[in-house]
Amino acid sequence: MKNKSWKPWILLSPSLAAVFFLLVVPVCFVIVYSFWLRAPSGADIPAFQFGNYAKFFEDFFYPSILLTTLRVALETVLLCLIMGYIPAYFFYKTESRFKPFLMIIVMLPFWISFIIRTLSWINILGDSGLINHVLMKIGFIQQPIAMLYNEGAVIMGLLQYLLPFMILNIYVSLDGIDKSLAEAAKSLGCTEWQAFREVTMPLSLPGVSAGCLLVFVLTCGTYLPPMILGGPGNEMIANLIFKRVIGTLDWPFGSAISAILLILLAIIVYTYNRYMGITQIFKTLSNE
Amino acid sequence: MKKIISGWSLIKIFTLLVYIWMFAPIVAVVILAFNPQQFGSFPMEGFSFKWFVKLSQNSTILDAFKNSLVLGSFTAIFSTAIGVPAAMAFIRYEFKGKDFFNTLLLAPIMIPEVVLGVALLLFIRWLQQPKSFALLLIGHVVLTLPYVLLIVQARLVGIKKEYEEAALSLGANPLQTFREITFPLLAPAIFAGMLFSFTISFDDVTATLFWATAQNQTVPVKIFGMLRNSISPEINALGAVMIVLTVSTPLLAGYISRKFAKGAGK
Repeated sequence: MKNKSWKPWILLSPSLAAVFFLLVVPVCFVIVYSFWLRAPSGADIPAFQFGNYAKFFEDFFYPSILLTTLRVALETVLLCLIMGYIPAYFFYKTESRFKPFLMIIVMLPFWISFIIRTLSWINILGDSGLINHVLMKIGFIQQPIAMLYNEGAVIMGLLQYLLPFMILNIYVSLDGIDKSLAEAAKSLGCTEWQAFREVTMPLSLPGVSAGCLLVFVLTCGTYLPPMILGGPGNEMIANLIFKRVIGTLDWPFGSAISAILLILLAIIVYTYNRYMGITQIFKTLSNE
Repeated sequence: MKKIISGWSLIKIFTLLVYIWMFAPIVAVVILAFNPQQFGSFPMEGFSFKWFVKLSQNSTILDAFKNSLVLGSFTAIFSTAIGVPAAMAFIRYEFKGKDFFNTLLLAPIMIPEVVLGVALLLFIRWLQQPKSFALLLIGHVVLTLPYVLLIVQARLVGIKKEYEEAALSLGANPLQTFREITFPLLAPAIFAGMLFSFTISFDDVTATLFWATAQNQTVPVKIFGMLRNSISPEINALGAVMIVLTVSTPLLAGYISRKFAKGAGK
């Protein structure tokens, strides 16, 4: 037997080097910087102190942005779940010959520019957008309803961005379920709904939970929808980080907020991985 | 029995509504791009190409387009160049810590882009390097690498190891085996990986906002800047162009990969 154990490492080394130097090391820098001090002159002073973290939790201002982020993420996950499960179930059950076409269409938004998709909601929800225009035309309202620049608009943008991920995750899970199981349940006296609730739905849970985790994590780090569709009160944690780092050049504090976000997500992903296993998500993503 | 049918039609209607909801805003952008009116909103007051003409005369947008194309192409090349060998290592070899390294290389998917943006910028700053095209490029390679890995790995699993082993046993060296056997079988996945990393790079806003300078702004970053003054018909026109481009890309890719498949079958 020839020992070929060095071979995979040669193949891996460029990727590992890239991720190590461009991801692992820089993230360590963020952690280190989060303990540094910022001089009144704006210079960063190496130090080891928890002042930046203390500043974050000093009063309710910063934690409330964190809470907004978590709330928006939860709301997005729930809506995504409802709006995603039913179409995924439709794909699983349908025998239409248009199914491949319908599935390509649902994946199409992946390819359309994120910023265009986000700003396109202005044309729908804005004061002179489609909804207000139609409602005023038929005389239902006299003044346009303000639908933009609030949390609902932000969630609309997020949903449109994340729904394909959710549908795909759930569909992949459903697709692996043998349809004869539900048939067997029905032949034993279950109604359609009971068969779904007792057989199909529980078996689809891995995809559901993978979709939920992915949507939650991606929402927590979101920057664009609150910027474009949200108002001043809808700031999320990513917007705060950007403002502190690029706006006021406060690297130590910006690093501390980044570290808080990372730690929070790490706890969530770790807990998820303990109970569900993370590979499901990667499995689904590779089907894109 | 009647109840079951109505349940199924409810599912159908709901799915249809989701489709409408998902595509209404996108369709609105394309329609409004042809609205000659000054404010880029409803109602439609005719049909004109004037915003497209204006767009084609806007040199900053054309520059941004060029930047995006160059950046996306280089990102696609570098990402696949380092991603394909890594995928081969994960699928074709057994080694210690395989799962750990696989997760590590896929990690950028789960790390918020803002954090990636801050981290890389902080590192570059510590090295006392200015923001540059190279920073954007290496950043985008890290962002897109996991997708290349996922796509190529998924395909490699389906290519039987026996083909390669047969070539080797018939006297081909490893490089010949890759060139003659693995590469042709893997080509659609490599192509898909390149396309995917190009699209992600072309599309990226958040991290790019951290890394871009005034000189190397990409199209989305440019759009983001334009949005500060509210949505203009020019943005709708630009959006329409990008929608048509990006929607035709996967369709074209599908066509090309079918050609590939036919060629391989001969």
